[in-house]
Amino acid sequence: MGNLFKKMFSRENRGRTASYLIIIIAYIVLEIMRLSGNMTNLLSSLLVPVCCYITAAIALNLNVGFSGELNLGQGGFMGVGAFTAVVVSGSLAGVIPNPVIRLILAMIAGAVLAGAVGWLIGIPVLKLQGDYLAIVTLAFGQIIKSLITNLYVGLDKNGMHFSFVDNHLNLAEGGKVLISGPMGATGTERIATFTAGAVLILIALTIVYNLIRSRHGRAIMAARDNRIAAESVGIHIANTKMLAVVISAALAGAAGALFGLNNASLAASKFDFNLSILILVYVVLGGLGNLNGTIIATTVLVLLPELLRSLQDYRMLIYAVILIVIMLVSNNEKMKTGLERLRRKTGKGADSHA
Amino acid sequence: MALLSYLISGLGLGSVYAIIALGYTMVYGIAKMLNFAHGDVIMIGAYAAFFAMTRFGLPVLLSVLLSMVVCTVLGVVIERLAYKPLRQASNLSVLITAIGVSYLLQNGAQLLWSSSTKVFPSILAGGSLQLFGGKLSVSWLSILTILVCIAVMVCLTLFVNKTLTGKAMRACAEDKGAALLMGINVDRIISITFAIGSGLAAIAAVLFCAAYPSVYPTLGSMPGIKAFTAAVFGGIGSIPGAFLGGLLLGIIETLAKAYISTQLADAIVFAVLIIVLLIKPSGLLGRKISEKV
Repeated sequence: MGNLFKKMFSRENRGRTASYLIIIIAYIVLEIMRLSGNMTNLLSSLLVPVCCYITAAIALNLNVGFSGELNLGQGGFMGVGAFTAVVVSGSLAGVIPNPVIRLILAMIAGAVLAGAVGWLIGIPVLKLQGDYLAIVTLAFGQIIKSLITNLYVGLDKNGMHFSFVDNHLNLAEGGKVLISGPMGATGTERIATFTAGAVLILIALTIVYNLIRSRHGRAIMAARDNRIAAESVGIHIANTKMLAVVISAALAGAAGALFGLNNASLAASKFDFNLSILILVYVVLGGLGNLNGTIIATTVLVLLPELLRSLQDYRMLIYAVILIVIMLVSNNEKMKTGLERLRRKTGKGADSHA
Repeated sequence: MALLSYLISGLGLGSVYAIIALGYTMVYGIAKMLNFAHGDVIMIGAYAAFFAMTRFGLPVLLSVLLSMVVCTVLGVVIERLAYKPLRQASNLSVLITAIGVSYLLQNGAQLLWSSSTKVFPSILAGGSLQLFGGKLSVSWLSILTILVCIAVMVCLTLFVNKTLTGKAMRACAEDKGAALLMGINVDRIISITFAIGSGLAAIAAVLFCAAYPSVYPTLGSMPGIKAFTAAVFGGIGSIPGAFLGGLLLGIIETLAKAYISTQLADAIVFAVLIIVLLIKPSGLLGRKISEKV
């Protein structure tokens, strides 16, 4: 027991233990608050979305921080997950009445489909050098939004009906429309729970931490730091980066699935370029390659506009100013050297995987 | 005949994209940054021209000039305050700052002028040019837009290739360190680049709003993203590339709307971009840069 304790708080495991503790403690505290009725409606309505954003941001950090590839389509992967989950959950409603099992199945389906889409995008793009993943994922996000906006899916006693661009579902009597073009998903049964969100974050953390400590993870970071040197020691760059892209997309898909099942109605326009950018902002402000930073930055930045609500119209303006000021200050040379000196004095040294 | 008329209106739309794409490509070529706030400079330009025409009752040409001045100043101020301190910072920090500037402009505009849509006054007497005995009608606006785009392209090419400042710009695009050693004031060149790009954004704003006459705070987002796509399509960093990319994008979008589906036009445009990048990663006219070890 003492050994395990020592191992948990050893230098290389400290960050990881902190991540798990943050999530577990936050979950317990918030759940107690929620169940005892000491939580405002606003806060309780934000619980599941925050979990989704944190998971998507952890996944994006794998891409941007550890793999060094800019991804501007995380919102698109979430969208794929969300609408897959809506269809899966809606069509299984009659077969599996248990919402927990249905939620798990829907999230797995969302993750698998989003991961597959990530793989398809990665095949051609990762062979190239440069910011191509950024541009192609940006384009992908737009395409996905536009395709889902034109998708109609319905369910009746004869099975599933799909229709594209124009609504020709022709549902039989008693049929149910699951996705209705520009309106998006309507009448979705809200089966997402805060517990599922917390578990999802823990799963995402476990996957990413274990990956970056593995042989594959070290290859991913080597490919980021020096492509040519990594190639010369026999690392297959495209395959290595692909692993990061697929895992990131799949986790984003699962997060999107949870998000989709948390809303009774959801339009595809939610998963646009702005969402992708928002998640990227969480990752960059939290620190590339630092998952604790990602968790904290996401929580603060999701809550910030809500906390600033009393300032009404000025809140997004203040948000923008804060964003710019943080970037300018954190990149200020004087600040950087000052921080470095402080760090050396306290003897902590540079973060192991910053 | 229908095809020809679609082609011409596509060229009109493409001309607007081309003018915006020039702003993206020049800034990328010299400062090596993606200026995501460029779309919002267009929006400010549209508001400037709108108020010049409606509130101050200025004639169209003068309004365009005023809008250009506003945008140029705005572009230079943004560069000085937000981007210049980040010259040595990572690309991602600059990207996030640009996103911050974009939010700032959008929300500032929303506070100042409300989010309600304003109707942009027409800048040309309506009507269209009838050709081939009325079989082909081309709107005067399309013709004007194409002519403006050609004029911009000619002036910009002459400026970059013939003047000393243009030469300095090309030197900075090639190698900033070497340019500095040759006595070029790189900061000044970057400011000039932002000034030109933003001035062009004002022209594009007026032409865009003349075609789609509504002004609102998020007006610049979509043309911004599309023009960025056009710049990548033609080869980012290349001026003729931005021109070609913009025109092709406009034509593809118009034809996709006319013959395939209005709702799917955007998806088709971005799909074409992906296909082009897969075949020719550096874009249509981009240069292939080999990495030095």
